[in-house]
Amino acid sequence: MSRAEHPDRGLARDLIVPEGANLGVQLASAGTRASAFILDAAIMAATMFVVALVLVFGLIYYGMAGAEPIAIAGMLFFFLLRNSYFILFEAGRRAATPGKRIVGIRVVSRDGTGLSIDQVIARNLMREIEVFLPLTLLVVDASTDAIDALTTILALLWALLFTFFPLFNRDRMRIGDLLAGTWVVHAPRRQLLADLGMDAAAPAASGFRFSDSQLDAYGIAELHRLEAVLRGDNEEACWIVARTIATKIGWAEDIADARPFLNAYYNGLRAHLERELLFGVRRADKYS
Amino acid sequence: MTASSRQSLSSFRAEREGDWLAFEALLDRVEKRSPKALTDEELLDLPILYRSTLSSLSVARATSLDASLVAYLEALALRGYLYVYGVRESLGKRIGRFFLVDWPAAVRNLWRETLINLALLAIGAIAGYRLVAAEPSWFNAIIPAELAAGRGPEASAAALRAVIYGDGGNNFLSGFATLLFTHNAQVSLLAFALGFAFCVPTVLLVLMNGCLLGAMLQVYVAKGLGVGMGGWLAIHGTTELFAIVLAGAAGMRIGTAVAFPGDRDRLTAAARAGRTAATAMVGVVIMLLAAGLLEGFGRQLIQLDAARYAIGGAMLALWLLYFYLIRLSSDVARRAS
Repeated sequence: MSRAEHPDRGLARDLIVPEGANLGVQLASAGTRASAFILDAAIMAATMFVVALVLVFGLIYYGMAGAEPIAIAGMLFFFLLRNSYFILFEAGRRAATPGKRIVGIRVVSRDGTGLSIDQVIARNLMREIEVFLPLTLLVVDASTDAIDALTTILALLWALLFTFFPLFNRDRMRIGDLLAGTWVVHAPRRQLLADLGMDAAAPAASGFRFSDSQLDAYGIAELHRLEAVLRGDNEEACWIVARTIATKIGWAEDIADARPFLNAYYNGLRAHLERELLFGVRRADKYS
Repeated sequence: MTASSRQSLSSFRAEREGDWLAFEALLDRVEKRSPKALTDEELLDLPILYRSTLSSLSVARATSLDASLVAYLEALALRGYLYVYGVRESLGKRIGRFFLVDWPAAVRNLWRETLINLALLAIGAIAGYRLVAAEPSWFNAIIPAELAAGRGPEASAAALRAVIYGDGGNNFLSGFATLLFTHNAQVSLLAFALGFAFCVPTVLLVLMNGCLLGAMLQVYVAKGLGVGMGGWLAIHGTTELFAIVLAGAAGMRIGTAVAFPGDRDRLTAAARAGRTAATAMVGVVIMLLAAGLLEGFGRQLIQLDAARYAIGGAMLALWLLYFYLIRLSSDVARRAS
């Protein structure tokens, strides 16, 4: 499961969609969110730079006659960029800003219903105090006297409380997420991989035969770990796992090559556990 | 037994695999291009393939121990969910609903906070007025020098007159209007967002705004220019001050929802308040656009006091009618049913 790949189980959440299924999402960590934001901020800054450049060239070309339309275009563009970049992208077809898409995260409604534009607006208007307020305080000239400087520093600390709000709650919600009822979750793209259990022949055919007690040694957690090792290409890891399994189940014969043995054991164990599953027994790991 | 159960699992995958891959390919396409590029058949297939993926996920979770298969289906189902339940309404329809239903409804919903903020603005104005009336040096304490721009208790009546009836040189008017709009809108968005800190900064900002207003008004009234100043303010002020009051009300709504969630849990209360307040704030930005135009053009081009009062009064009447008196929404609902 996706949860097995993300070691942080504290961020796994249920997301019940209107069809009644639980999609079992993984919340994006504060670090992932921050990197997505930095990417978006860089895109915004680059856009701003290019547009400013174009406007300056326009001013040089048209002279003072073009000053007013150019100033208006500039002011409106920066206002729109600052206030609608996130809203337009998140309400658009891809439901994510470019930065979010690059790191593979998306915004979803906490209650599992569809995301509405009101929510997108609410969560992004709050960036005003999370991002722009601390930024404004940073550029404010605090050098006039000691009291002003102190006030600015205290105000900045206060404003940073809003910025670092996601670190103070379990769900990693920004203030905007809190007020919009949204979560930011991992939405990775995955390839459909071949089924390890089906391409190899049954365990008996490959020359290995395991008894029921040997197959009872492990549970589902170990099976998934074994699957990860088999899908990887680390031969050394294969050997270590093969030896561990051989010791645990008391495998007397020599193992000439780790992979065929592991493949056979994976097949046997999976068939065994899936059969138990059909009878309603879910053996979580080797301890249960 | 073992062999036959493996058999059914492998046939489950063999049977459904085609649907999953088709769904994935379809999602790839719709995310890149407009849904209009799809054929009718593909549009109809989309929700069917989505539900079939959800059902496959449930089957796989219950019967298969192939972790990569379950992870693939989880990721695919989430992608499908995000597309099928994304923000789908067409822009034109959405804008129509905003003006006909959502905006007035959000403002009506905030009536209690609106009254409180109106009172705060009035208290601030009265305080500013009385302070400057009692001791003119308060003026400099209340209004920063760069904002006062020479207007103050010491300024001559002629200089004060020039400000309210000057045409600002009559150039750069649209630039001035744009500057006013972007600046005021940004400040009101900030004032709204600050409401999250349990309303305190929002309340202070509204009080402060009232104070500025009162102090400025007193200076003009003291010089016998009260009527002219009133007109100078009224032409855009009815819209702008109303917008400020609404921004304060929206900020107060989110602050109180977080501090006092009432019967609901804090998260639900915050989410509900956030949606109403966000809708109202989009409206505030539109009102400030109107105010910027009135201030930038109207005030400079119209010099007659009576005309300024008439426009200001008409704007106020328009907003009040639109928000509170005419229920466009119920009309629409009745016509639709």
